[in-house]
Amino acid sequence: MNLKRIRVMFRARNMEFFRDRAAFGWNFLFPFLIVAGFAVIFGGDTRSEYKVGVFPHPTVQVDLEEIAVPEAFKETRYLDFIGFPSMEAGLTKLRDHKIDFLIQLDSPENAYWVSEGPKGYVVEQLFNAALAPEEYRGLGLRGEIEGRPVRYIDWLFPGILAMNMMFSALWGVGFVIVRYRKNGVLKRLKATPLTAVEYLTAQMFSRIFVLMFTLAVMWFGCELFFGFQVRGSRVWIFLAYFLGGLCLTSLGMIVAARGISEEFASGVINFIGLPMMFLSEVWFSLEGAPRWVHRIAEVFPLTHVLRAVRRVMNEGAGLAGITPELTILAVLTLGFLMIGAFLFSWNE
Amino acid sequence: MPHLLEVVDLVKKFKKVTAVDGIRFGIEAGICFGLLGPNGAGKTTTIEVIEGIIPPTSGRILYRGEPRTPDFREAIGIQFQDTTLLSFMTVRETLKTFQQLYRHTASVDHLIQLCRLAEVADHYNNHISGGQKQRLLLAMALINDPDLLFLDEPSTGLDPQARRNLWDIILEIKRAGKTLILTTHYMEEAQYLCDEIVIMDRGQVIAKGSPAELIRTHCRGTTVILPWTSVRDDLSDLSVNGRKTAQGVEIQTDDVNGCLKELMDRSVDLDDITVRSPNLEDVFLKLTGRQLRK
Repeated sequence: MNLKRIRVMFRARNMEFFRDRAAFGWNFLFPFLIVAGFAVIFGGDTRSEYKVGVFPHPTVQVDLEEIAVPEAFKETRYLDFIGFPSMEAGLTKLRDHKIDFLIQLDSPENAYWVSEGPKGYVVEQLFNAALAPEEYRGLGLRGEIEGRPVRYIDWLFPGILAMNMMFSALWGVGFVIVRYRKNGVLKRLKATPLTAVEYLTAQMFSRIFVLMFTLAVMWFGCELFFGFQVRGSRVWIFLAYFLGGLCLTSLGMIVAARGISEEFASGVINFIGLPMMFLSEVWFSLEGAPRWVHRIAEVFPLTHVLRAVRRVMNEGAGLAGITPELTILAVLTLGFLMIGAFLFSWNE
Repeated sequence: MPHLLEVVDLVKKFKKVTAVDGIRFGIEAGICFGLLGPNGAGKTTTIEVIEGIIPPTSGRILYRGEPRTPDFREAIGIQFQDTTLLSFMTVRETLKTFQQLYRHTASVDHLIQLCRLAEVADHYNNHISGGQKQRLLLAMALINDPDLLFLDEPSTGLDPQARRNLWDIILEIKRAGKTLILTTHYMEEAQYLCDEIVIMDRGQVIAKGSPAELIRTHCRGTTVILPWTSVRDDLSDLSVNGRKTAQGVEIQTDDVNGCLKELMDRSVDLDDITVRSPNLEDVFLKLTGRQLRK
């Protein structure tokens, strides 16, 4: 193995990435936009979960002091009150699930309408509970957990970065090498003393460098803008991402090993990437999902990356706490690399 | 003179298709060797097997009398027919990148000068003209100062000026003592550049020799072409054979004087007559036929 040749190919690939302004910009902009979007939607403390319509009311804005609904219901958090001039206007919105609950203000019987589905059901229970006499409320024994709560954005943020890393690894290696094979770049390189191992090593290092560079910029940039809570050490977080990046890049090598069809390669990348994105808890927790879903999720490298990162970020775990996940990532990397190197072909 | 490269009983099969069928030839050092043939004749496959891009099904390739070793790649330079280059690199960076893949190298500045790339040296390699790209590919093929240079249809798609320009560079390389293996569809190019030629068809060698030898052996005689405007009466009773073509009547003859005299005797207008010696294209068409290939 010739290190000089690896270095040359590493540099050439990096040059391509950093000079392709459009792709380079998008690599940063895309995750940043997602995080920013979710920060706006879910980041504040005044976020409303349920929408309650009231009629007749002259304006859309509702002053809670002036409307006749049970006091306990008004004081319930996460309710957003919206005024409608007539019952028809309110029912139309309710039918379209734009609101979850509709109350008639001038009804002595406290008339209400409810949308089908869990949200309507929950608001109905809250409304009925608020109608009950004071002495029948608050009968349970309340306990509190210690420490700061984990906001959704704190939980989501590592997932968005990991997802970006996954797609960047799969497309940046899998798709690009297939394209190179198709348009003759690999054939040209094969005619030089460069070996397949040298070429693949350079591609892998280059992608890891790009992934970690992007990750660092994104991480610190987002932290600066959105102020995430990071309970553990960033060193372990970046170690988990690094091993995850290696593993996902190695997976990209398998996609890149054969073939000249870019359509087929993109199909394979989506076939691998989309289930991994949905089942590795990037967007939502799999808590309560069937056991077989959890078993499938265990196969995906992204699951282990995210578990390790979230343990450090949200729970303050140290190296010992994420060693099992790091070990799994290392073993998967080794396996993917061996398969990728075994299957690799320069030619069509 | 010992051969620099020898191809011995080379066979290459792709599933049920035999692309190269037991060919054999040798190439002396310092010459420009042409490999000609119609589309699908097996030229590119032959060259790619020799280059080591694809493995042979059977047969041997000997370089300096020995089977090729991994070091063979250090000794050869290749200009492929159609190659996309690494993106977002200037011409100079492209050359420097490839230079660093080899142990023994030529100077980048020298190659930029030789291949007339100075004015685009700092342009991205995808922002240059077709002729400049072909010259860049040639410079890349020379980056390791190879003893043996493969040029696979180097002038395809170039305008006449760019082609002539490329030929001049190739002749300069040849004068520097390099051995060249050239495939081309342009017979004029082969006749102009090559010392030795092998014509392949359907995976086999059907003729070999210098351009002059091939012409002498396969296409004796001279072609006299009478345009349709000069042909007023039926010439079917001429003592020489005439073939009707789009341009006029084409007469093949070993006796130009006798043929012209006969035409003058018949009061044929000779003002627009064309008298042409046979060339490599005539040999090629004679050996491979005029039928359009798939």
